[in-house]
Amino acid sequence: METSVTLANLEEHVEKRSPLVLGRETFSSVTNIVSQPMEMKTPKAWWICFLIALSALGVLGASIGYLFWEGVGVWGLNNRVGWAWDITNFVFWVGIGHAGTLISAILFLFRQKWRTSINRAAEAMTIFAVICALVFPGIHVGRVWVAYWLFPIPNQMAMWPNFRSPLLWDVFAVSTYFTVSTLFWFVGLIPDLATFRDRSKGLRKFIYGLFALGWRGSHRHWLNYERAYLILAALSTPLVLSVHTIVSFDFATSQLPGWHATIFPPYFVAGAIFSGFAMVINLMIICRWVFKLEHLVTMRHFENMAKIILLTGSMVGYAYGMEFFIAWYSGNPYERFIFISRATGPYAWAYWTMITCNVIIPQLFWSRKIRTNLWALFIISVFVNIGMWFERFVIIVTSLHRTFLPSSWAYFKPTIIDISTFIGSFGLFFTLFLLFVRFLPIVAISEVKTVMPDADPHGHDHDNSHAKKGAH
Amino acid sequence: MTPIFPKWTNRIPTLVAIGAPVVLVSAVLFVWYFFSPKWTDVGYAPKQPVAFSHQLHAGQMGMDCRYCHSTVERAAFAAIPPTETCMGCHSMVQAKSPRLQLVRDSYKTGKPIEWVKVHMLPEHAHFNHSIHVAQGVNCASCHGRIDQMKVVTQSKPLSMGWCLECHRNPVPNLVPKDQVTNLAYDSTKTGYDPTKDPHRQRGVNPPQHCSGCHY
Repeated sequence: METSVTLANLEEHVEKRSPLVLGRETFSSVTNIVSQPMEMKTPKAWWICFLIALSALGVLGASIGYLFWEGVGVWGLNNRVGWAWDITNFVFWVGIGHAGTLISAILFLFRQKWRTSINRAAEAMTIFAVICALVFPGIHVGRVWVAYWLFPIPNQMAMWPNFRSPLLWDVFAVSTYFTVSTLFWFVGLIPDLATFRDRSKGLRKFIYGLFALGWRGSHRHWLNYERAYLILAALSTPLVLSVHTIVSFDFATSQLPGWHATIFPPYFVAGAIFSGFAMVINLMIICRWVFKLEHLVTMRHFENMAKIILLTGSMVGYAYGMEFFIAWYSGNPYERFIFISRATGPYAWAYWTMITCNVIIPQLFWSRKIRTNLWALFIISVFVNIGMWFERFVIIVTSLHRTFLPSSWAYFKPTIIDISTFIGSFGLFFTLFLLFVRFLPIVAISEVKTVMPDADPHGHDHDNSHAKKGAH
Repeated sequence: MTPIFPKWTNRIPTLVAIGAPVVLVSAVLFVWYFFSPKWTDVGYAPKQPVAFSHQLHAGQMGMDCRYCHSTVERAAFAAIPPTETCMGCHSMVQAKSPRLQLVRDSYKTGKPIEWVKVHMLPEHAHFNHSIHVAQGVNCASCHGRIDQMKVVTQSKPLSMGWCLECHRNPVPNLVPKDQVTNLAYDSTKTGYDPTKDPHRQRGVNPPQHCSGCHY
């Protein structure tokens, strides 16, 4: 029975839109479903997960503390490879964030109503991923006391960041991205926060009330809300493209073979959306299963996301191919050397891991059976994220470890601190995400209600009679 | 329904709108002044083991700086004189003064006097006295009127921005080469123009790139 209901909205009929909320839920039942994880007694499983995440966060703190104490020598960096896991992790986490913004902003402007069930969690993922990302540029020189040099702050050294450097643009791009994403997320939360203010008591009522900003649901409130949401969506839309474009400039504006490529901006943006959607699928499969959101987050949502992964994965595959084509077509011997070295050199294992995870495995999504199988979705998405981490590793480390001067060639090996910092960043991410699922609504209640038949003035006409009459 | 928040909370946005810029501007001004070496370093005058007065020696008696700080023309570091330099005079002048007991002890035991360093630069900034003296930067440009100080006091911030000010516009601090240790010399009054000085072999072109000082 469940499968038939779940699959019910996969077919698209010409005369009738497929429902996005299944199981004949009502306005009040949707509120109850979403409130349940916040209002129930804290389950043991949550505590176990939270303690694991918190321990990993502790590992991150200890690794960073040791880094600050000793310096970047605790990582496997050498004279040739000055950027390795630190910047790999930074690009990896920033990239993951992009799916959330695409879902919340671009799909909103394109009236893709299926976004409503997943946008809240995806935006939370964006913010937490950007927080994880921001850690790495801050610590990657190991001298936290000069971190303020990132910003153009007047100082006694008369020293100013180089405005022609994309590294400075990156500071502005990522911090703007973080600010706008947080604002967008918060504005979207206001009506739901008011719901929880009204449903809770005592301190919780006070805190939810504080952040609900006096929302009473009047028409004027809704009018302002919709306008603010639209403006923020419009502000976020260019950010989906600009942030990873500028991250790619960190590499593309250098003259290093393997980095110096005009294809980098679109290639990076596609890769970011690719990895981000994989992360959204992983998180939403778990949330849907744990919090029983089957009627709100349907198989149709997953299938749509799988299609986006298939598209962006193919774009990334095209970019990999095009890099090799240009290496040959340009006739540049250094460019050619670095790409042959990627595929056959000391890091060939990383290169082929990337190709397998990013180009080959997602092609399975051509099959609807696989697109609608949760296990397959989950496993393929994990592979995509592994592949996308390796993509950044391959770009950064293989380009650096060989250079024009063979005497300086080197091989990068991660140390235990490299690994613990990376694992620790997942601890930071999941600590924040677990707090999110416990204290904030993981589905945008007020938005989901707008795509339900009850929100349609003719929603009671279950036989769709008004369409037959040709009233509209 | 009783309200959760009292009515005065409606004023919070206005108060924040007024208060936030005030707090922000005050914070900027606070950091701008109190975190600067102009506040943290200028005026540093540690107590020295012997109450040596530059005012007396360099000012009233007119001793040349280089009599004691003898390496300043040839080395990066302007030497602190050994006890022997003091005793050159003080074995006869004020030979019994109790204030010079430490100097005499040091002379006898061979254990140097532990003078406290006043003008300090970070290790990653290389300052070379010889080139600055050779180019005719007056001692007072960086050290102030040492000849008027009873206790040596840091009178300039010695910050990177302060160094760069002169490296960008050195002319006001340059004097004829025989006037370098004349702390009272004022090139704005004498109208000295280093670009027209026939005794200068090198042009006035101090480095402004990073490795000028950080090498």
